[in-house]
This record gives sequence, structure tokens and C-alpha cells, in this order.
Amino acid sequence: MSLKRMYAIIVRQTYLYRDNPSRFFQMFSWMLIDLVLWGFLSEYLFDIGNTSFSIALALLGAVLLWGFLNRVHQGVMMAFLEDSWSRNFLNIFATPLKLSEYVGGFVVSTIVTSVVVFVVVAFLAFLFFGFSIFILGVSLVPFLLILFLFGVSLGILAAAIVLRLGPSAEWFTWPIAAVLGPVVGVFYPVSTLPSWMQAIAYLLPPTYVFEGMRSVLIGGTFGFQDVVVGMSLVVVYALGAYGVFAWVYRTVIRNGQIARYTAESL
Amino acid sequence: MSVLGVTNLSKTYRGVRAVDDVSFSVRRGEIVGLLGPNVAGKTTTINMILGVLEPSAGSILIDGIDVGKRRSEAMGRTNFAAVYAQLPGNLTVAQNLRIFGFLYSVSRVETRVRELLEEFDLVRFAEMKCGVLSSGEQTRVGLAKAMLNRPPLLLLDEPTASLDPSSARTVRERITEYARSDTGGVLWTSHNMHEVEAVCDRVLFLSHGNILLEGDPKTLAGEHGKSNLEELFITIAREPLSLEL
Repeated sequence: MSLKRMYAIIVRQTYLYRDNPSRFFQMFSWMLIDLVLWGFLSEYLFDIGNTSFSIALALLGAVLLWGFLNRVHQGVMMAFLEDSWSRNFLNIFATPLKLSEYVGGFVVSTIVTSVVVFVVVAFLAFLFFGFSIFILGVSLVPFLLILFLFGVSLGILAAAIVLRLGPSAEWFTWPIAAVLGPVVGVFYPVSTLPSWMQAIAYLLPPTYVFEGMRSVLIGGTFGFQDVVVGMSLVVVYALGAYGVFAWVYRTVIRNGQIARYTAESL
Repeated sequence: MSVLGVTNLSKTYRGVRAVDDVSFSVRRGEIVGLLGPNVAGKTTTINMILGVLEPSAGSILIDGIDVGKRRSEAMGRTNFAAVYAQLPGNLTVAQNLRIFGFLYSVSRVETRVRELLEEFDLVRFAEMKCGVLSSGEQTRVGLAKAMLNRPPLLLLDEPTASLDPSSARTVRERITEYARSDTGGVLWTSHNMHEVEAVCDRVLFLSHGNILLEGDPKTLAGEHGKSNLEELFITIAREPLSLEL
């Protein structure tokens, strides 16, 4: 693996974020909107006294962690979509760049952007709503790691879909994480769901994060076993997503799709 | 020594043979013209050489390295410019060259980028986004990118198609100098037969995925009873069976 080639992908992302204020704004926008919306809702729930302080906290914690997952998913996906939007696949794939370096570049650049966004929004949550994400203690580390790896998996899967089906398939890929939201119990316990949805939920790594978060905030306990299950599952998802992307890449090289990548392949 | 060796190369799309058992080579210091009408198989051949299209059969060696087995190393020994492969318009000229410099593992990238900006008369556009440049200026940026790693094999798909006559002549001179300096060999496609005659040492005429003719562009037309290369091209495009082979 060449670090120099991976660096090229990171440098490109840096130029795009640095020189385009709209991209910079987009990085923060949805997470900030969610923070404001759920922050005031939490305050309202707390004020009317029909709920406990912990539940209001759980909502804000969920917003921050869910926003982080979305940010990672979009970060990886957008890094790939840059090549689709600028029709750059021929230039990129005709260089010595290896697939692992290409994906590695997306992941490293996304670490930087998602951590920056998370830190800023977490600080604002503390400033305006008095919520400190550090209330989660050491559990925050495995929670963020699971969500990061799952976001990366979704981003790579989205890239594979666009590469295989063409640029118009981009519309399928933006809401991937949102579709999973109701299933993984972001704002409510998984036990609320019907049994068939619970079965699906426990196959998805973020479920263990949000269940674990509620456990820490409401019950004060940290489910180590759940974290291990979530972490094991997410490693399988990440390897699986990379495997799918590599398979799609081989397919489009074989059928000539990269060479004739056009606006409407789908 | 060959910088490009293509042996029994074929590509079949859904039962249609776009390239059919083609073999040829390009030597260091040589400029070879790959000619033919539209859908003759030129771009398909170039895409296979660039590793973005898998051949159905045959092998490609770039500077002795098998593209099918060691793609990354082989791609490090080639580069290309094509009118249909412009660099991202949302990055500046210098940014694009720097990024591709890293991708091709060019040593002392900044120095090399500066050299190429001067060589292709792009210094005043260095901090401008590629998307706002004219098509001729973008072509020059693409050529500068193609020269970044001083490739042993340079692939040029209609490199002067959108250039004015003066810029086209300058580009032809640069590429001829490049080949004559023995740095690398060049595979050149063009529909401008005067240009091909002036620049190429050897031409290959491709029709329906097969190499129909091969020879010196200055004498080939006469050998087949035609007054010039353009007439020969038109005959191959319209009625290849009428040729005196």
C-alpha cells in the first residue's frame, strides 16, 4: 500500500472543503438542525415534568451519536461521489492507485471531518442545552468506534451502488442511514418494536450503541457484552462492504462501465 | 526495446467483437499512430492498455510489466491524455497536477508541477479552477498531467482536437521532442491525417476491431494506390474490401 497515493485522495478532500464554503457548511448543517430541534424538545419534556431528566438526556445523546453516524456515512460517500460528479473515474482508475488506497483515503479524510463536526456540535450541546456527551464516560469510545465503522460500511456500500448502477442511483444512497434509523432504536428502546423488527435490529451494530447509551444514562450500567457483539458485527459489515465494492469494481472493469461512465447508466 | 507489447488482444461485448486478436508494439523513442474510423476499436484498445477495461483474451505488457497481473506497477509506467477525460473542474490547475503527481508517486512534486506549468504555458492559469478554462487550455492541462511521471508509454487520444493551429503545432513539437529524447514511446490516435503524417513514425489502421494495415505514414498511401493518407483513411472507412492489400 502506498501512503503517498492515499495522501493524494486526502489532499483532494482537503482542497474541496477548504476552498468551498458550501461544502464546509453542509458538513455541520443537518447535525446542527437536529441539535436545535431535539434540544428544545428535550427542554420542553423536562419542563412539563411528565418525563425524567434521564430521558431528556437520552434524546440529546441519541441526536449526537446518530448525527455522527450520518456524518461518517456521508463523508465517505461524498468523497467517492466527487469522482462521479466530475466524471473523473477514467483519470483516477488509470493511475497506479489501488482500491485499498482509494477507500483508505476516503476513510482517513472522513475521520478528520467527522471528529471535527462531532466535537463542535457536542460543545454547542453543552453550551446551549447543558448536555455533556462525556456523561457516557468510557463507553463513549466503543460507541463512537462502532458508529464510525458502520458509517464507513454504509458509505462504501453506497459507493458500490453508484459505481454499479450509475450516477442516477445516487438518490438511493443518501437516505440509507435514515431508513435504518427507526429499526436501530435511536430514540426509543428496541423492545418497543414488533418482534420481527427486533430480530432485524439485533443484526445491526448501531442497535447495541443506542441500547447501551440508554443503559448508561438511565440505568447507569455499561453492557460490556453488548459492545463486544456490536463491535464484532460491525467488523463483519465493514469487511463485507469492502468485499462488495471490490466485486463491483471488478465487474465494471470487465463490462467496460468505468470506461463509458455516463450520466444515465441506470 | 518495446515500451508496449500487445499480443492477441480481444474484447467481446455481449457477443460482439470490438477488438479481435490484435497484436502490435511501440518501441522507446517511437510515435505510433493508431488510426481508424469511429467504432473501429481504438478507444477500446486504449482503455484495455490503461487497465480500465479487462480484455476477453490476450496480454498487454507496459515496459515489460503485465497489466493483467501487476496493474498498479504497469500504470506507474504510463499516462494518458484524452479529450473525453478532462480533469476535475472544481480544483485549480496546480491542485489537479499536484494530486495526480502524488497518485503517480512523482518525486519532488512541486518542482515537477512548476516545470510543467511553464512547459505548457499554464503559469497564469495555475490558481484558476479547471472548469473555467477554455477547451484548448484544458487540453494543455491534460497533457501536462500526462507528462507528470515522464511515462515510458504515453497514450494520447486525439490530443490536439480542440487546439488552435498554433497551440497544436507547439503540442506536436513537445511530444515529438519527448519521444526523440528516448524517454518513452507514444501511441497516438488522431483523425487529422496531416498531423499523423507529420508526427508518426509508423501507423496502424484499425477497422472493425482488426489491424488492416501497418506501415510508414509517408509511403503507406502510395503503396495502396492512394494519393495521400486521408484518401486511404476514407477508403478504409467506407470500403475496406476494395483495398489492394
